[in-house]
This record gives sequence, C-alpha cells and structure tokens, in this order.
Amino acid sequence: MPRRLMKGNDALSEAAVRAGCRFFGGYPITPQSEILEYLSWRLPEAGGTFIQAESELSGINMVYGAAAAGFRAMTSSSGPGYSLLQEGISYIASAELPAVFIDVQRYGSGLGDIFQAQSDYWQATRGGGHGDYRTLVYAPASVQEGVDLIQVAFDKADQYRNPCQILSDASIAQMMEPVTLPEMHEHDPNADWAVRGKRGGDFKRVTSTMYYIEDFDAYIKNKYDVMAEQEQRWESVLVEDADLVLVAYGISSRICKEAVEIARAQGIRLGLLRPITLWPFPVKGFAEVNPDVKAYLSVELTSLPKMEDDVKLACEMKAPVEKFLGGANIPESTAIVERAVSILKEQR
Amino acid sequence: MTEKRIPELLVEPNKFCPGCGHGIINRVLAEVLEEMELADRAVGSLAVGCACLMMDTFGTDWIQAPHGRAAAVAVGVKRVRPECCVFTYQGDGDSMSIGFSETMYAAIRNENITAILVNNGIFGMTGGQMAPTSLPGQRTTTSPKGRDPELTGRPLNMINQMKQLSIGYLARGSVASAKDINKLKKYIRSAIETQMNGGYSMVEVLSPCPTNWKMNMESSLAHIENTVKSIFPVGEFVKNGERIDA
Amino acid sequence: MAQSEKKNVCMTQNHDVCKGCGSCILQCPKNALSFSDTVNHKGYNVVDLDQEKCIQCAICYTVCPDYVFERVEAK
Repeated sequence: MPRRLMKGNDALSEAAVRAGCRFFGGYPITPQSEILEYLSWRLPEAGGTFIQAESELSGINMVYGAAAAGFRAMTSSSGPGYSLLQEGISYIASAELPAVFIDVQRYGSGLGDIFQAQSDYWQATRGGGHGDYRTLVYAPASVQEGVDLIQVAFDKADQYRNPCQILSDASIAQMMEPVTLPEMHEHDPNADWAVRGKRGGDFKRVTSTMYYIEDFDAYIKNKYDVMAEQEQRWESVLVEDADLVLVAYGISSRICKEAVEIARAQGIRLGLLRPITLWPFPVKGFAEVNPDVKAYLSVELTSLPKMEDDVKLACEMKAPVEKFLGGANIPESTAIVERAVSILKEQR
Repeated sequence: MTEKRIPELLVEPNKFCPGCGHGIINRVLAEVLEEMELADRAVGSLAVGCACLMMDTFGTDWIQAPHGRAAAVAVGVKRVRPECCVFTYQGDGDSMSIGFSETMYAAIRNENITAILVNNGIFGMTGGQMAPTSLPGQRTTTSPKGRDPELTGRPLNMINQMKQLSIGYLARGSVASAKDINKLKKYIRSAIETQMNGGYSMVEVLSPCPTNWKMNMESSLAHIENTVKSIFPVGEFVKNGERIDA
Repeated sequence: MAQSEKKNVCMTQNHDVCKGCGSCILQCPKNALSFSDTVNHKGYNVVDLDQEKCIQCAICYTVCPDYVFERVEAK
C-alpha cells in the first residue's frame, strides 16, 4: 500500500468513508472544520450524504435518523459544539444505535480557545449527556492511529449497538503525517433492526430500549460490563522495570514517549502507559507495571486534573499518583523528565 | 354506499384524552398512507409531548427524537432512504418552540419530508402550559392571568414563517367539523404526494385540547371555529411549489 | 321502511373504545346519537345509535377521535 501525506482531520475523514460511513451531518467549528470540508465533496463522490446542519443539535439528530435507518453515520465537533452533541449522544446510546462521533479537543470551558488541549476527557468518558450510558472512547496519538481506530470504532459500534467516539485534539487533527489508508468497505444497511418501513413485518420503534427490555437495569449493566472487560486497549513502553510510569494519551503521550527515551539514556527508569481506549480505561495495563514502581505521573493538557482520577483508580493507589498539567501548552519532554526526577527524589 | 373501516395501521385504541383531536389526525394520516399504499415503507419521527403516545398505537416504523429534533431525525432517514415516506408528527410546543430551528431548516432546505404539526395552543402532556401558539389572553398554567403579548409576544404563525420559502406544499387544516376533516385529508394527501414527488410539505392542524382548555366538546369545537381560525386561517398556502395568496 | 329501500350498509359501534366526548352527538345531522346510561369498562358513558334515524352518512366515523364507528355492509 502506498503511503500518503495527509492532515489528521482529512485522513480521519477519508478513513471514515472507507469504513463505510455514508452519512455526515455537522456544523463548522475550529479545529474540526476540515472534516466537514473534506466530507462535503468526498461523501457525495462515494454515494453518501453530507449535510451542513444549522447547528450541532440538528447535525447529531440527522445522524440519529441515518443510524436508525441502518447506515454508518458520523458527526464531529469540538469544545463548545461537543457540549451541544451530548443530548443526541445520550439518545443514540439509549436507543442502542451504532454511530461514531469525533471530538477534536480544544482548550478551556465556555468559548475557551482553539489551541490543542485535552479538556473534554470527562465529557467523553463519563457519558457527557444525561442518564446511564457509556461510549467506547478511542484516543489516537498519530494520524495513522486515527485512521486505524475509526475503522475499529465503526465495527465496535455495530458489534455492541452503541455509539463510539474518537477523542482527538487540535494537534493530531492539524498535523500532517504519512498514512496508509485501508481499502474501501461497503456496509450493508439492511440490519433487521433498521428502520425502513415495516415492509410486511412488524413495525419497529426506535426509542429508549428501556421501554421494551425486561430487567433493564441488569441488562444494561451487563452490556457495559462486557465492554469494559473486553475492549481495553493500551500501549506500554518499558513499564516492567520502571521506577516511575508516565500515563498519557493522544498528543501528550508522544511527548511522554520521548521523555522515556531521554530518561533511559540517562539511566533513569521511566516507563509509559498509553491508554488507547479512555473508556474503558485500560486497568489491565497496570498489571504489567513493575510491582515496586515508586510513582505514577499523569500527564494531561488541561488546567484541572481529569484523567488523574482514572489513574488513581486503576493503580489502586499502590503508588503515589502525581500530575503534570500542560493547560493549552504541549510541554517539553525535558520538563517531564525533570518533574519525574524530582518526584523520584521525594520518594526515596 | 361503500364501507368505511378503521385503518389497519391503527393497531390499538389511542391513548389520548376524551375529545382530543390527535385521534382524528392519526386516523386521517393512516387512511392516506393506506390509500396511497405507503404504509409498508412509512417511517415516522416524533419526539416528546402527547404526539409520542401514538408510537404504540400507530403501526408504522417510528423513531423517537429528542424534544424538538424530529425534523432533523426525519431528514437523516429520508436522505439515506429516499424510497421511504418519512413524516414528522409533532405538537406545537415541540415543533415551534424548542424545535423551531430544526422545523424551519428542514423547510429552508426543502427536504423531501412531510411535517404534520398539531396546533392546539397549549403544552398538553406537561399539564397545560403556554405554547408559542397560545392566543392573546389565553389562560394557561404559566399565564394564569391570560397570555400577555406585551410580555410573551404574539402567537407564532408557522405558515407565515414558511410561505415565503421555496417549498412544495403548505396548508393549515382543522378537525373542528366533518367538513374540515375531509379537507384535512385532502391536504395531508397532497402533502405526502408532494414528498414522494420531491419537495418539503407541511400541514398544520388546528386541534382541540378540551382537557387543558378546560372546555367541554361543544365549546372546544366552537372555540376553534369562532376564535382560533380568526388568528390561524385555514386553507392551502403553497401548492406545487407555487404560493397561493388567499 | 319498505323492503325495497333496505339499506345495503349500516353503522356499527365499538363501545369499548368510546371515551364519551360526545363529538358525534353534536355533529350527527339526523340527531340519531345520544348518550346512553351504559358505562363502558373505562368508565365512560357510551353513545346510543338510533338505527331508524341513521342515514349512514358516516359523519360520526369522521369526527370520532376514538374509532368507535364503522360503516359496514348490512347483513
């Protein structure tokens, strides 16, 4: 397969089309707008539908309709627009429909700003909208990984009949990297649950499945328990003998990987545990870590700690969990090494 | 004379209050879909409010949208399944208040869907609060002294909002009399025909809510005839994409 | 009624679904409908139909919100 140089947002869009996505309804917002721009011509070319909706609220509900009709459908947004998607995500999860959402994270609450950040961790992993649901959340750390994970996201959305999310950020979305794209995949929209008129059968009702499933509490808990058990993904780098393990995803994990290399060259035993799924958080990955690890350092591009909570739960506080908060600034890898060294000194 | 049978699409007795107009509108829509042989490929989109009670009793495929978003959901279905007859069925609070934007933009894009918007001037399911269509002076649980246009604006006339757009079909009917109901059936048939030939169609229906109007049947029907119609005139306003200036 | 004018259709009622709103009574052109003393299982007063006055115009079918009436072939 030839490799192509592509921008993160463009590559993610092309990969979605090749995963069989044939519907997109969305609204422009920086730093996500290239996804709309790309799909505005690419989806019609592939026989699909692109609609620039009047709002994110409308866009996600168009996705709800297209997904209910059996088609692979997607929307994307960022920051303030991502908040507007949450109502629809709750409904789509409640109706147990497959769909994929991309959040290209930007910085801050309210309007915030368009810089890269990892501010939406809780919205993505805690549900975001109202009620009892979870979504599988994939966090690519490179353009290629975004291409690979969006295929997985569409397949897993079908497998579990549950929305899946790609939690990207302004850096991964805007950078250009070489990618290998997958072959075009055509998706069969005529699942037995797909709404397309009853056509001689019983009429179908797409709404909260709680109305029609007996012992719903047990059913839905089991559904998400199975996902939490089966779907954890992570990458670990030199964690088996590490004195300190960095935990980071997306763009910050790339800096942390470099920090591990720098530290190891200096004889400092640093490791990295990189969650690829943020929900479920890769608790299993922590079993690979040196049992005598002295500390964890959770690295996030936020002003307030978020993923740090999951790190504490995952390691069961068997070692202290410290945090490195980058805000809207991607930290220097040397700054992370310095911080790790100072934590290790305190732990002695 | 020929037989008149209750349409098979009405699979169970409806769940509306005594005298509610929804039951009639449901039946008229069912008759049209069966007569046009579209029942098997019809998909309805509804949201929240009394309209959603028909999801169990009206035997087409259904999607229940978030409050106000039924038009956006319908658009998603119709764009990927153009062979389906896709309609929304919403009350005035749902379609004209929280869902004004979704309702209007489906029309602005001239989407090939049919919107059936039931105007009874009140939020029925939540217990009789003021709607965008409540009349000046109308007492509701959130306008106990009567709707004051100085504070809350004038009743929203959705037909006026839409009639300047490039759309296929636009009408307002009523269920206040047998004559009105027969006309309503023609409007709904024209609306569905418009959709299947390409173009947005909307039929608003003036409908009684005796429960929340706190009126008996006779007063409810008279109220539509004598008062509601003077603010919301009935008739066809756009046909075959051409504006009819009545 | 003479045998030659025997009606080929008649109106039937499903009292179970009636909610007693009385819209049919108000709109029947021949005053063939009136409230009955009978109460159905939902607790609503149902409607009596006077077959002698009825002209099978089916206005009751049209205006009934609850699908009480049908016009069917007379047996």
